[in-house]
Amino acid sequence: MQEFLKGLWRENPVFVAVLGMCPSLAVTNSAINGLAMGLATTFVLIGSSLLVSMLRKVIPKQVRITTYIVIIATFVTVVDFTLQAYFPDIHKALGAFISLIVVNCLILARQESFSSKNGLWRSFLDASGMGLGFAFALFTLGSIREVLGNGSLLGVSLFGKAFEPWIVMILPPGGFFVLGFLLLLFNWSAQRRKQHKIQPA
Amino acid sequence: MNELIWIFISALLINNFTLSLFLGLCPFLGVTQRMQTAFRLGLANIFVMVITAIAAYALNTWVLIYAPYLRLISFIIVIASVVQFVEIVIKKLSPALFKALGIFLPLITTNCAILGLALFSTNKGYGFVEGLVYALGAGGGITIALVLLASIREETRLLSIPNVVKGTALNLIIAGILSLAFMGFAGLFGSH
Repeated sequence: MQEFLKGLWRENPVFVAVLGMCPSLAVTNSAINGLAMGLATTFVLIGSSLLVSMLRKVIPKQVRITTYIVIIATFVTVVDFTLQAYFPDIHKALGAFISLIVVNCLILARQESFSSKNGLWRSFLDASGMGLGFAFALFTLGSIREVLGNGSLLGVSLFGKAFEPWIVMILPPGGFFVLGFLLLLFNWSAQRRKQHKIQPA
Repeated sequence: MNELIWIFISALLINNFTLSLFLGLCPFLGVTQRMQTAFRLGLANIFVMVITAIAAYALNTWVLIYAPYLRLISFIIVIASVVQFVEIVIKKLSPALFKALGIFLPLITTNCAILGLALFSTNKGYGFVEGLVYALGAGGGITIALVLLASIREETRLLSIPNVVKGTALNLIIAGILSLAFMGFAGLFGSH
């Protein structure tokens, strides 16, 4: 259970480990895009973690990275075609960024540091925790940017006509700003927790 | 000719890979402590991109018309081998640079900018020369972004900054301001 929970919060891939930045900023201009990207990544992560964990005794050490990448690329191709067939709108909105899941450092990092050393069940827990943590982070980023920049959440208008949208938030600079401030928040809470430990009031 | 200049400027400034398409952020945040390292990583990036553009063109023309579903896998394998090659060359020519770049050199493989370049130029249907120009522009754009952030970070090292803000949070906010500035280039060519 510990393996599953750590990915959600304490070792959250985006907010704490700062992995997989490119998709987290590029596609989070709306909550639904963030969620779709997060779930697609989760699927690829779980699939490749299971396969890597199964094959971990067979893969020669020298070519392991290449092997992982080929495995990951296979799963991404599956996701790409599935989305194209069943959810063409989302596929269009995410564009080339679905293919770019291959080069998400988060996935490769989990294969290298966890699945290649642990059994099937533990790898599955780790992958699903990290994947959902990633999806959660993307959804948060997407929601904040959509609310600020468009005045809506999941396409539903929140504030009525009087609201003047803060357009810059759904443009590229907004991505940097929102993530920067969220990291600030995380740092701040981590620091307060540390201070509480040192001098219990 | 006009077309080519437009592709170059667009990739270099307006659709800057790092600051407006969010590609290649890992080295952008990781290797920008010192300006010189950042600059050299940018050059390595340009080099890998140019070779990738050529390879992607070759693959697209001769192989992938028969098996389009293999595109992603074959691109990534080509990129991995090119990076391996560059790594060996740099290790031989400049051990100091090799050490400074450290883990971020092999990580160019998982640099979304390189794969992104191959995919975007395929999607846009660029030919050989256009692909090459696009690669140069994109690589140059990444180099500019790396150098800009690195030089700002060199300046901030001596300032007194609250502990909470130090590290990635500050870099992201600086990057946001840079990105805001780069948005200004969008008006460069009018409504093109």
